[in-house]
Amino acid sequence: METKWRLAAIVIALVMILAPALPAQDEGEMADSMPAEIQMEPPPAPELVLGEDVPNDGGHKLKLTWGYPAEWSDSVARFLIFRGDAPDGEFKSLGEAARGVTTYLDIGSKIKDNSDYMANDHDFYYKVIAVANNGTESEPAIGGPFQTSGQWFHWGKVPVLVGVVLFGFFTVLFINAARKGKELFVRPLAGIEAVDEAIGRATEMGKPILYVLGIGTAADIATIASFTILGRVAKKVAEYQTDLIVPCYEPIVMSVAQDVVKSAYMEAGRPDQYSDDQVFFVTNAQFAYVAGVNGIMVRDLPATNFYLGYFAAESLILAETGNSIGAIQIAGTDQITQIPFFVVACDYTLIGEELYAASAYLGRDPLLLGSLKAEDWGKGILMVLMAVGVLATAFGWNAIRELVRVIL
Amino acid sequence: MIVFLVSLFMVVQYYVPLDSWAWMYQYLIDWTIIIGVFALLLGIWSLWRVNFNKIKQRAENWEYAVITLAGLLIMMIVGFVPGWGNLNNYVYEHFFYYILVPIQATMFSLLAFFISSAAFRAFRARSLLATLLLFAGLVIMIRFVPMGQVSSYISDLSGWILRVPNLAAKRAIIIGIGLGAIATAFKIMFGIERAYLGRD
Repeated sequence: METKWRLAAIVIALVMILAPALPAQDEGEMADSMPAEIQMEPPPAPELVLGEDVPNDGGHKLKLTWGYPAEWSDSVARFLIFRGDAPDGEFKSLGEAARGVTTYLDIGSKIKDNSDYMANDHDFYYKVIAVANNGTESEPAIGGPFQTSGQWFHWGKVPVLVGVVLFGFFTVLFINAARKGKELFVRPLAGIEAVDEAIGRATEMGKPILYVLGIGTAADIATIASFTILGRVAKKVAEYQTDLIVPCYEPIVMSVAQDVVKSAYMEAGRPDQYSDDQVFFVTNAQFAYVAGVNGIMVRDLPATNFYLGYFAAESLILAETGNSIGAIQIAGTDQITQIPFFVVACDYTLIGEELYAASAYLGRDPLLLGSLKAEDWGKGILMVLMAVGVLATAFGWNAIRELVRVIL
Repeated sequence: MIVFLVSLFMVVQYYVPLDSWAWMYQYLIDWTIIIGVFALLLGIWSLWRVNFNKIKQRAENWEYAVITLAGLLIMMIVGFVPGWGNLNNYVYEHFFYYILVPIQATMFSLLAFFISSAAFRAFRARSLLATLLLFAGLVIMIRFVPMGQVSSYISDLSGWILRVPNLAAKRAIIIGIGLGAIATAFKIMFGIERAYLGRD
């Protein structure tokens, strides 16, 4: 009996030891006991691989689309995308598209030395492989040849071009009208009307005038507009023989401002009064600049402060310091977030476009006034367009919306 | 003529997406950076001359000019001295992070006090419009204050003020700025506006 039990134990032990080494079960037999998903055969290959050059660009971009049977869409986890120079050549992996997505945007590099460089007007072939949920891959589907090319015109920007041409037409029209002597009415701006008064006040008090051009570069429109106003102010200052201080944040701005002020002094017939020390560089660190300008305000106590140009967080620090020394302050900027600060702390504020228009107001040059009228007409047209846009959206007139849609 | 041609190119390139035009655009932009670097020398020269003259003439508050020039020279020396080599050296970093940065942060922090003093002046109910401003300002300010059920009404009201009247006014200004910028560009392009060149 004992021998019988011993033999049984030895057999069981042998079975346990040898079981892992036994040949695997036939795949067909195993399939009966596996979930349906794993039983799935390799998915079918994608079909109709098509490539289309992306329009309105410099090339190097291609939109790839392919078809796939709807009944298989839930069983396919992703699609693998490859690009090659020949259908039977080597393909480079680009990426993958998620389940249910049958498009892929191939954005190649425009730089020749880059590994993902995609030349324009060159034949490319694409390979798409479907990968099932269980990891099995379909046969590859190859499409091509496809080419990318650069375009000479961005058709998505036509509405912008039409707007600019229309605006240019109005500008030329009103400038010509002004040249012919037509009286153009422009509403008075309190900030501009106050410039003469502010300069006169400084002259009477025997104190200097501080002109701050902001922290913009010479390429900012606000700074360019400020140069124009600086020229007019400097001319008046030279006529009244008052001191002018122009601390600058940017060296190029300083250089241009020196030229502007020098020319204004010469125009006023007082070139001897001009000194490069009036227009000087402080620093191009934002708050160090504020400290420098505030120091000038507190020490020299200017009677009039102009803050015209591009301003950021320093606007209120400057304007409040100017307010504390009792200076009359005229400000103007196109930075929306800073306008409230100037409105609160300054006596007069030029809001947004008023800064650009200031030179026309100061000079009363018919050519400049003509461009102001064009702006008014531009605003009128935009108001009409906005009303039409609201109606088009409300009533679902998609054709009108598409007409003015800008594609960037 | 140069201004006209360059600005014409800049306008046209906006509508031409070709690589060669994009390259040319970038090339011109790069030039502004190069000019900016050289212009910095002009700036340093200007700073030096103005402050040096103040010291030489013993002008009022000339002591500040000494500190300015001392700061300029010390930072330049520390940055250029052989052996200390680069901008990561200890002394340079020490001056930058433990002197300049805290001073600038101090200047920035003044803004909080100036906002209070400016708000105090702005929020005086002297007229109907000023009273409306005061009311709108108060609603916006107290929207984050926990006040039970009332908080949700105030939050809704402040959201409406920011989204509707405030945004409408901002957009109106932005449209004006956009048109003004185009008009200014036209004026510069066609030579109507030349004051920035020092000419009337």
